[in-house]
Amino acid sequence: MNTNSNNRARVGLFVTCLVDLYRPTVGFAAVKLLLDAGCTVEVPESQTCCGQPAYSSGDRADTKAIARNTIAAFQDFDYVVAPSGSCAAMLKHHYPKLFEGDADWELRAKDLAARTHELLSFLTDVAGVTNVDVSWDGKVTYHDSCSGLRELKVKEQPRRLLSAVEGLTLTELPTAETCCGFGGTFCIKYADVSVEMVTRKAEDIRGTDADMLLAGDMGCLLNMAGRLKREGSEIEVRHVAEVLAGMTGRPSIGEAEQN
Amino acid sequence: MQSEAHNFKTAAKGAIADVNLQQALGNLETGFVAARARAAAGLDEFEAMRDAAVELKNHILANLDYYLARFEERVVAQGGTVHFCATAEEARQTILDLCRANGAKTVTKGKSMVAEEIALNPFLEANGIDPIETDLGEYIIQLAEEPPSHIIGPAVHKTKDQVSDLFHEHHGKYGKTERLTEPEDLVNEAREILRQKYFDADVGITGANFLIAETGSTIIVTNEGNGDLTQMLTPAHVVISSIDKVVPTLEDVSTILRVLARSATGQEMSAYTTLSTGPKRDGDLDGPGEFHVVLLDNGRSDLLGTNKQDMLRCIRCGACMNHCPVYLAVGGHTYGWVYPGPIGAALDPHFLGIEEAHHLPGASTFCGRCQEVCPMRIPLPEIMRHWREEAFEKKVGATPERLGIRAWAFFARRPRLYRLATRLAMRVLGRAGSVRGGRFESLPLASGWTRGRDMPAPEGRTFIDRWTAGER
Ligand code: SF4
Repeated sequence: MNTNSNNRARVGLFVTCLVDLYRPTVGFAAVKLLLDAGCTVEVPESQTCCGQPAYSSGDRADTKAIARNTIAAFQDFDYVVAPSGSCAAMLKHHYPKLFEGDADWELRAKDLAARTHELLSFLTDVAGVTNVDVSWDGKVTYHDSCSGLRELKVKEQPRRLLSAVEGLTLTELPTAETCCGFGGTFCIKYADVSVEMVTRKAEDIRGTDADMLLAGDMGCLLNMAGRLKREGSEIEVRHVAEVLAGMTGRPSIGEAEQN
Repeated sequence: MQSEAHNFKTAAKGAIADVNLQQALGNLETGFVAARARAAAGLDEFEAMRDAAVELKNHILANLDYYLARFEERVVAQGGTVHFCATAEEARQTILDLCRANGAKTVTKGKSMVAEEIALNPFLEANGIDPIETDLGEYIIQLAEEPPSHIIGPAVHKTKDQVSDLFHEHHGKYGKTERLTEPEDLVNEAREILRQKYFDADVGITGANFLIAETGSTIIVTNEGNGDLTQMLTPAHVVISSIDKVVPTLEDVSTILRVLARSATGQEMSAYTTLSTGPKRDGDLDGPGEFHVVLLDNGRSDLLGTNKQDMLRCIRCGACMNHCPVYLAVGGHTYGWVYPGPIGAALDPHFLGIEEAHHLPGASTFCGRCQEVCPMRIPLPEIMRHWREEAFEKKVGATPERLGIRAWAFFARRPRLYRLATRLAMRVLGRAGSVRGGRFESLPLASGWTRGRDMPAPEGRTFIDRWTAGER
């Protein structure tokens, strides 16, 4: 790990828009995990979104403008870490492609890409975390979000850390690698297809008999939680960072504080 | 085939509600996906073989004119003819002329997606020639008067029961009045009926998986052997194929064959690999009197040198659709044209125009599974994205969606405004959500979402808001 003068890596947290807006708890969980791993954490205020909604809608000009904003916001950090495989992949793989042929920005995009990591893989592969000092009693299952899995090869990193959580057992979801049907704007534009996909997913999740469903991407989590709640399921849905950071005190996704 | 691609959304709805289709798709998923996984895992050098196949195909595409010229030379040297056709229309007409020259009333056909692409059957029928499909799947959908729904299993959308009904309905005229239900009996009955037709046909039309430049041979791989009969028992054999199928040598073909069958059905090799080289020679025991290769371009050469050239590597194995969660939810007919699934989403807009086909590259979550299993490593999501960019530029598709993205981007490009707007919105939503139990059952502007799912409510204050206020 690259470190600064006081021997701590300087991490810029790319919060991601969905965590920022929907589930700040995941942001605080990420911060805690990064601090525990010996990093310093800063959150540049000028970040907004990675630009995927525009990018996958074919709006290249807006995507580039948003990407420039992100690149500038994070240029001074040793590492840029995002609690999302799909946003991290956007910065890591798609920004450089976006600026191909634009010498100056391509260079800056590549520089950002080299420093960018998805949270779980950063903790295990870069920061060398092997243990977490938390417990959670129950049975969980895990969904591998597509971009993290296929673009960043995030697969066993979260499992490795989960195996260190006291009391937790992981039951694998047979279709863990099948898309849940979120797909960003897809879930609204092609709602019928998206609902069919997440309905199949929910059925598989229920089939595991788990008490809790975990994943590493807010988009998929909102989608799966939304379907499970609609079906009246009691399964709790959380971002994996919440469990690893011991932040399971607040209501799970789609639940409210009990009054 | 008349395109119905513009109708994707409505067709998807119907497909999801179709119980038979959903049952058939379920079988497809468990069958092909598991078989491919076993085949890939069972062979250490599978990934290296994929790389070799990709490299080979890239080399061919860089020298396409050379290999096509060489292929033609070899076909001619062996007494055959190559007909280069720029358009579907030209290809149809060429085939009709060949049929007429042979006085054809009926033609037998092997499976060919290019024949579907040029809509050959309706054209022949309209001109008084009766095309008889000999591939079992093609035969089934011909009886059902439907287009294929999958590029290697044209009838995968049919359940066994539906096939029983179809045969029962159509085979009575051959004296077969019993409704059969065992797959083996069904296959045998179809074979028996088709056998006589091979002898009656005046022309045999087959597709080709490969064209070998070195020998002037065409190759088809099947699991039924119907290709052999189609071409050997007729006075004239017409191969309909496209220019992207040429491969330098037999050795090269074996490189691709090894990844093709494993990716398609999980087999090491398809049951039949049939080579056709020229017409019957003096002393040959059998073979066709004439040998013609109709080679279609239909805009393929326009893809060379563009950001979509990689599509020309496609070997039509079908793995991308077998693994596509969208295809497996809606089936092949929903795509509304010849090539369904991810390859169709990448290819069909090229043939139909983005105005007609914009839903196909649109209806993808970019999950990337197609690219992961594509033996030719075609970056299908990236090509779909290029199509979306073209659609966005041309203002194709729903206006509110495009304006919505522009409006959102307006804020996302301006961090300060974005902060203000999101802070307000999340406060309101968070408060409303907490009194509704943490989720919304319906939300204005998000009815697509809430039709089949609840919308989890945000926590309230944004992360950045809380962080800058000093919360840790
Ligand atoms: S795109 Fe790839 S996976 Fe799909 S049919 Fe073509 S070669 Fe097979």
